[in-house]
Amino acid sequence: MNFASILYILGTLIEVEGALFIAPAVVSLFYRESEGFIYFSFAMVCAIVGRLITINKVKKQIYYAKEGFISVAFGWIIMSVVGCIPFVLTGEIPHFTDALFETVSGFTTTGSSILSDVESLSHCSLFWRSLTHWIGGMGVFVFILAILPKTGAQNMHLLRSESPGPDVGKLVPKLGDSAKILYIIYFAMTVLQIIILLIARMPLFDAVTLTFGTAGTGGFGIRNTSIAEYTYIQQLIISIFMILFGVNFNFYFFIIIRHSLKEAFKMDEVRTYLAIIALSTAAIMINAKNMFESVSDGFIQSFFQVSSIITTTGYSTADFNEWPALSKVILVSLMFIGACAGSTGGGFKVSRLIIMAKAYIRELMHFIHPRLVRNIYMDDRKIKDETVSGVMVYLVSYVLVLMVSLLVISLDGFDFETNFTAVMATLNNIGPGLSHVGPAGNFKDFSILSKYILSFDMLAGRLELYPMLLLFSPGTWRKK
Amino acid sequence: MKIIIVGCGKVGSALAESLSKEDHDITVIDIDRDVINQLTNTVDIIGVEGNGASLIVQKEAGITEAEILIATTVSDEVNMLCCLIAKKSNKDIKTIVRVRNPIYLDEVGFFREELGLTMVINPERAAAREIARLLRFPSAMKIDTLSGGRVELLKFRIEKGSPLDGEKIMNLSQEIRNSIQICSVERGDEVFIANGSTELKVGDRVSFLASPLNASNFFKTIHIETHAVKDTMIIGGSKLAYYLSKMLLDAGIDVKIIERDRARCMELDEALEKATVINGDGTEETVIMEEGLEKAQSIVALTNIDEENILLSLYAKKHNEKAKIVTKVNRMMFDSIVEEIDIGTIVHTRSIVVDIVAGTVRAMQNSQGRSKVETLVNILDGKAEALELVIREDSEVTDVPLQELKLKDNLIVACIRRRNNIIYPRGGNSIKVGDRVVIVTTHQGLNDITDILGEKR
Repeated sequence: MNFASILYILGTLIEVEGALFIAPAVVSLFYRESEGFIYFSFAMVCAIVGRLITINKVKKQIYYAKEGFISVAFGWIIMSVVGCIPFVLTGEIPHFTDALFETVSGFTTTGSSILSDVESLSHCSLFWRSLTHWIGGMGVFVFILAILPKTGAQNMHLLRSESPGPDVGKLVPKLGDSAKILYIIYFAMTVLQIIILLIARMPLFDAVTLTFGTAGTGGFGIRNTSIAEYTYIQQLIISIFMILFGVNFNFYFFIIIRHSLKEAFKMDEVRTYLAIIALSTAAIMINAKNMFESVSDGFIQSFFQVSSIITTTGYSTADFNEWPALSKVILVSLMFIGACAGSTGGGFKVSRLIIMAKAYIRELMHFIHPRLVRNIYMDDRKIKDETVSGVMVYLVSYVLVLMVSLLVISLDGFDFETNFTAVMATLNNIGPGLSHVGPAGNFKDFSILSKYILSFDMLAGRLELYPMLLLFSPGTWRKK
Repeated sequence: MKIIIVGCGKVGSALAESLSKEDHDITVIDIDRDVINQLTNTVDIIGVEGNGASLIVQKEAGITEAEILIATTVSDEVNMLCCLIAKKSNKDIKTIVRVRNPIYLDEVGFFREELGLTMVINPERAAAREIARLLRFPSAMKIDTLSGGRVELLKFRIEKGSPLDGEKIMNLSQEIRNSIQICSVERGDEVFIANGSTELKVGDRVSFLASPLNASNFFKTIHIETHAVKDTMIIGGSKLAYYLSKMLLDAGIDVKIIERDRARCMELDEALEKATVINGDGTEETVIMEEGLEKAQSIVALTNIDEENILLSLYAKKHNEKAKIVTKVNRMMFDSIVEEIDIGTIVHTRSIVVDIVAGTVRAMQNSQGRSKVETLVNILDGKAEALELVIREDSEVTDVPLQELKLKDNLIVACIRRRNNIIYPRGGNSIKVGDRVVIVTTHQGLNDITDILGEKR
């Protein structure tokens, strides 16, 4: 294991985070908040520490898959620990565990909160909280790859460990250019949403922070009622953008760079994703019609909730905890499915679901025609058998993590619905679950152990399990 | 530049690696997905799986925007087809195609004109040409030409008892220093760019720049034989052996080929009238001794197995100290070890192709006015390179005495060609517009003459 290389990349990470702390410090100037000073001085500390670590260039910059996994897993943990310190220093979230939970939830774009009164936070802390979503959405290593002047091919391992999806590839030959394209698309869409929200008469601060939450499919609101107090138009805009950010970014690459709508809409994943949204919205509208004031209210509310859950954002305009059972089951299934691979969303990913469904049908057919030969295709492309079995193994790992987490947090004595949806909501990076942790509740009452377990789940979910699992597996650290 | 490489065999992969280091956007096409995966994990390129001669696959690889297509699949015909299809879908594309079958040798001109191929490269023939050059000038381990042959970059090893052993470069006689320029010294795994205080030692592999005549004079002053060999013994009758024999026979050098396979011997005998073809196992002592290994002036080991070639050369060295020995090695991996062993010159077929193609690509880029590097020569497996630049316009480095420029470490301005004069610059010389300058450096990716300057303040 090349620790020098790992340390160097972690140092760079701390430097970048130091630079990011300047943003909330600037916000505090507008609102004349004293907390800004803490952010500013902490930014300096990060910059100095990061500089000290990276002062010596690493001679042997060799990266293998192992180093990629470990750097990313460590990177995300360190980033979260560093990112939570201002919350503790300003005294807004006094307990370290709570602050860490909140920050992990931010970076992993989960949006689960331990705060019962969000509005009491200072503007700069609110801004930082939302900014973590934006950074975590596309990934901080992708960001580093985009800004580093020259990146070797071996950094591909970093991109692969951080980006979601069963088969991560590059868009263009150069890794650095790929990362830049992703961030340019991400940035442009973010700006677009802010502008549209401003036109829809949302205040600037709300527009920016909510857009950060939407873009990263995070879900931290800045009001206690999440999005419920905003107008229908604003809600609609947010839900449409949630869906857009949950789409595989290759889709935009095809449209913007390759100018090919045909190629873009040929993507099975995007079509399936849009179909699931349409069907679920319709089903919930009909099933929960007694909860809504009118048809249009029903449409907006169910559409918003569906898009918020499937993209794993976790904003809410209604307390869906009160909805009928079928609607709740649909929402929990959507939690599991998640957004598209290569998007900012979490969950199991639609593409994995497609591959799994096709593999499942193939296995069933095998019973009828034992000598059947059939390949699995997606986007008119053959899917490697390794990818198919990779998806299966992913599912197994996913269920294992789910079960173990569920066991541990059950110690706290909450009801099954709370425990199950709490793990689902964190592992899939959604935010709110049902019952105690529903849209109206929060994660404050869990024990310290449970909070760490749930934080682990959030990181594991964001990094697609393996980096976090490998970090804790002895084989990774054995010298042989 | 946007470059598509079809076929990721040894040469294709080496090309992808070398070209991507020079900041080109590389897309590779190969039928084998595992090969692509392995390559994209270590080199910053993108891969497309499929048959490179298929239009759909080429389109997916972005043929319409690509500027160069390089076809290096195993089949000559597929390579040509790739280029034809590419040319039809993008008429501005430049195509470089590998053709190795001797049948097509005389048709290369037709290919270029009628099929629109920009460059046809035959790796065996290129390697043969390099070996032939070495046999004509046996004292050098490696010869590269710059400036259209006016300057050569030669590499030789300092043997025991050489007058250069223990000398510092600045203490060499004025005569030597005015006629040649010592550029780099390889010692073990390391490469130094030479400066006045560099001390030369036994076993060093020294590269120097000189005109062909001066080079030969220099070798005479340090007591190294410079006459071309009169005969050669080639062990292994591959395509490379065929090309080499043909060139040597044309130059009046006697050729003896030892080949294991009888049918191949017959073929060779038919194709090469004047050569002596021996049917026998070149790794058997009795065979090579009987054929006069001890008296041959040069021995070239060209079997298909690297290990066999290396051992053969070691054996030959032991029994015939005076002969010029050339060893063909395919794999680059053990390069650092093999270079250490004293077995004369090592010829890497792959790196020869890579150097030629990379040079051509650079020339194409140059013609578009983006880079001013004319030729580039790798001195040791990419650890150091010699670049020839044409100075087209005034810049921070022109008309300033070299001693006043803050040059990068490990970089020297090795020679300046001003009209027909070759200058080996000293501190007082300066670079002028219109010059062709040769830079030797361990830094990679230099594009412009101003890149020779160190950190800008």
